[in-house]
Amino acid sequence: MDLVTRRKFLLASGVVGGTALAAGAGAFTLGELMETTAWKRIGGPRTLVLITLYGGNDGLATVIPYGDKAYPAARGELAYTGEQVLRLDDRMGLNPKLANFKKQFDAGRLAIVRNVGYPKPDRSHFRSMDIWQTGQPARPGNSGWLGRWLDTVKDGDPRLAVTFERVLPPVLAGTTRAGAAISTAGMTLPAGYQPSLLSALGAAVEGEPPMQARAARAFADLVTVDQMVKDLPAEKDDPDDEPAATATGGRDGLAAQLEVIARCVEAGVATKVFSASLGGFDLHADGRSAQESVLKDLDGAVGGFVDRMSKSARGQDVVVAIYSEFGRRVRANASDGTDHGTASDMFLLGSPVRGGQYGEPPNLTDLDDGDLKFTTDFRDVYGTLLAGVLETEPARVLDGWTGTMPRLLR
Amino acid sequence: MASREELAHLLRRATFGPRVEEVDAAEKAGVAATVDALLAPAAFDSRSDAGATRTPPPNQADPVAALGRNPGREQRLTAQKQQREQVAAVELWWLDRMVAADHQVHEKLTFFWHGHWATSVRKVKFPLVMLGQQQTMHTLGPGDFAAFAHAMVKDPALIYWLDGHKNTAQAPNENLARELMELFTLGIGNYTEADVKAGARALTGWAVDRARNVAVINEKRRDTGEKTILGRTGTFGTDEFVDLLLAQEANAKFVTARLWYRYASPEPIPDDTHGRLVAAYGPGRDIATTLRAVFTDPAFTGTRGHLVKQPVEWAVGAMRQVGVHPGELATTEQQQLVRALRESGQVPLEPPSVGGWPAGSAWLTTAGTQWRLRTADLLAAKASPAVLDRLTATPANQRPDALAHVLSVERFTDRTRAVLADAAGQPRRMLALALASPEYAVH
Repeated sequence: MDLVTRRKFLLASGVVGGTALAAGAGAFTLGELMETTAWKRIGGPRTLVLITLYGGNDGLATVIPYGDKAYPAARGELAYTGEQVLRLDDRMGLNPKLANFKKQFDAGRLAIVRNVGYPKPDRSHFRSMDIWQTGQPARPGNSGWLGRWLDTVKDGDPRLAVTFERVLPPVLAGTTRAGAAISTAGMTLPAGYQPSLLSALGAAVEGEPPMQARAARAFADLVTVDQMVKDLPAEKDDPDDEPAATATGGRDGLAAQLEVIARCVEAGVATKVFSASLGGFDLHADGRSAQESVLKDLDGAVGGFVDRMSKSARGQDVVVAIYSEFGRRVRANASDGTDHGTASDMFLLGSPVRGGQYGEPPNLTDLDDGDLKFTTDFRDVYGTLLAGVLETEPARVLDGWTGTMPRLLR
Repeated sequence: MASREELAHLLRRATFGPRVEEVDAAEKAGVAATVDALLAPAAFDSRSDAGATRTPPPNQADPVAALGRNPGREQRLTAQKQQREQVAAVELWWLDRMVAADHQVHEKLTFFWHGHWATSVRKVKFPLVMLGQQQTMHTLGPGDFAAFAHAMVKDPALIYWLDGHKNTAQAPNENLARELMELFTLGIGNYTEADVKAGARALTGWAVDRARNVAVINEKRRDTGEKTILGRTGTFGTDEFVDLLLAQEANAKFVTARLWYRYASPEPIPDDTHGRLVAAYGPGRDIATTLRAVFTDPAFTGTRGHLVKQPVEWAVGAMRQVGVHPGELATTEQQQLVRALRESGQVPLEPPSVGGWPAGSAWLTTAGTQWRLRTADLLAAKASPAVLDRLTATPANQRPDALAHVLSVERFTDRTRAVLADAAGQPRRMLALALASPEYAVH
């Protein structure tokens, strides 16, 4: 929505003083708006941006063990040579499409956690994604790990955990609280509808069915979250992209999601967690060029975001964490693709991150029925993010899990 | 004696947005006769469906298939553009059909199967192939699940979507085999990784010609060797593999639970209810019979308010109730409608993943709320005069109740009544607010 409409809305909603708006017309920033509300930051200055890669990203085509003799044998035509990769050391290199990741690595702002997984890996997209999003490998429940973090926050405001995806990902749904899914189109009410209607339809009614109560609460939440969204870029309406992968969730336009997040961070909103996603990694066939194409999207979007974040004080407190539900089978499947596998890499980026490679690299010869044996449990990384970014004791959120990798963060 | 509320509940679940006269007729007939009529064989025979007859599927030759052997770049781009226009036409046609069909149970069931065998045109791209799949789901969806599953596993769109055409003896590709077991027939936990690998071998050899919408076996690419799947060993091919899956006890449990989940409640299914559904599914695996068991189960009445309407269900139901026909809208309005659905995250032919669309509170977000408000306004603006007249003929203070009646909402809370009462002088606005309300979002 354009700025003028938004001001009118704010005036009409009575959220901020009308006089302040009238006086400050034109010089009003989102950050100032935020400071005029009662909604304040909680805890320290750090912010988490969690990026989910849907479909199962091929770790071995992302961080490439070009120096490992077993690698070209396993990957055949999909294999990259040491000349093609962006070398990290004399054994490992990044996919050639990850030039921005390489730049961040060289600047010490990219940590690669190797061979991350969980016990008894599941090769179903949906079950494995449930496991990663709930943080509960033994028996994934109904709440996401970041949703449970929100549960631990006193009076947890939905704006503390935000996504610009179309539907709320399970990771942000807690048992008593849920994060907010916000349209990047901003709030546009049809002509003639007053925002006060939203509050009226959002009033809680005792005894109504839980789902209906939730529908009502979404009206109330809409009023509060909209304060965050200014004239954001319009959503892409383009059905003509031609993905090679079987869709398994996630949305395209990661760059657009990160653009909105960057603006929110720079404006100083009190959100502690942003969730974003990119789909298209389920490449059973046409692997190499298709894999390169999705990695290029990832590299462009994330590289630009991390660069931008490094340039502002608020941005320097942002930690980006990237994961996927699993890696791919070590041996290619000869449709020039790869089938569902197990362990893969996690990436942490940002100024608070201590760059480098962490954990054991994957062993391509000691396999479990053709798949990698994980060497780092993803809950160790979650624990690190909970402790180091969200200042929360990991055990409270991760069912008693205490493992962390404190060196990952400065 | 069933109350009007119970019959309205039945119709809300079995069909898209029941109209007042439909609830009236059901109330007069009672539950047994209503269920009989909804699920009678004639109710799945499209020849006797005047609404479906009025809305035949688009029948256009595929422009890419019509290209010569070596088309130029311009020709190819033009054909691809036409193909995308055809996709849009099929999407709009399906919405129009859902609104127009008299055999509502049949139409809603077809949409249920679309979410089950979730295949997206964004990868498949060829509209005729997608339409072919839709027709298969429409024709075979209400009957024997075995015949249906055998047809679907050879469906060109599904094969292409899950890389079945790249699954060969020399190079097995597990995508289709895994989803066939996990999402389509058995459910997770009822097979092993070894079964996935062996199942993939059984499914080898298919080649798809999307331009002509056919899938054929290429014997040279087929794995004719011995496989062990689910404890049985043999030189299984596609049909034998499907038979093995259907013979599993898990199949009845899985399919019946999926129906309960979408038609009744996302809460865990009670054991005795599940037992009755499995018995109804029986050796004949008849889906209409299973649906009857869902609608007549004692636990069904208690599921009122458990389900969140998916955006397509919400929009199609609203269009039926307020008298909007997508096929009769101006082109720009049609585009607006599809754009609105795309924004909501649910457009026919475009499921976000092979797991289908989410359910429940995933739709109850702030973004979803805005979307409903805007789309409700769009639909209210096109509401038929008959519906508006019905409202204006009612004294202003009774209009919220009249609206609940029209929209088959059991009752509006005082919160929403107050909002509606404020708008009582502006029928279209009142209608839009009722459509967007929390009460109308669930059923």
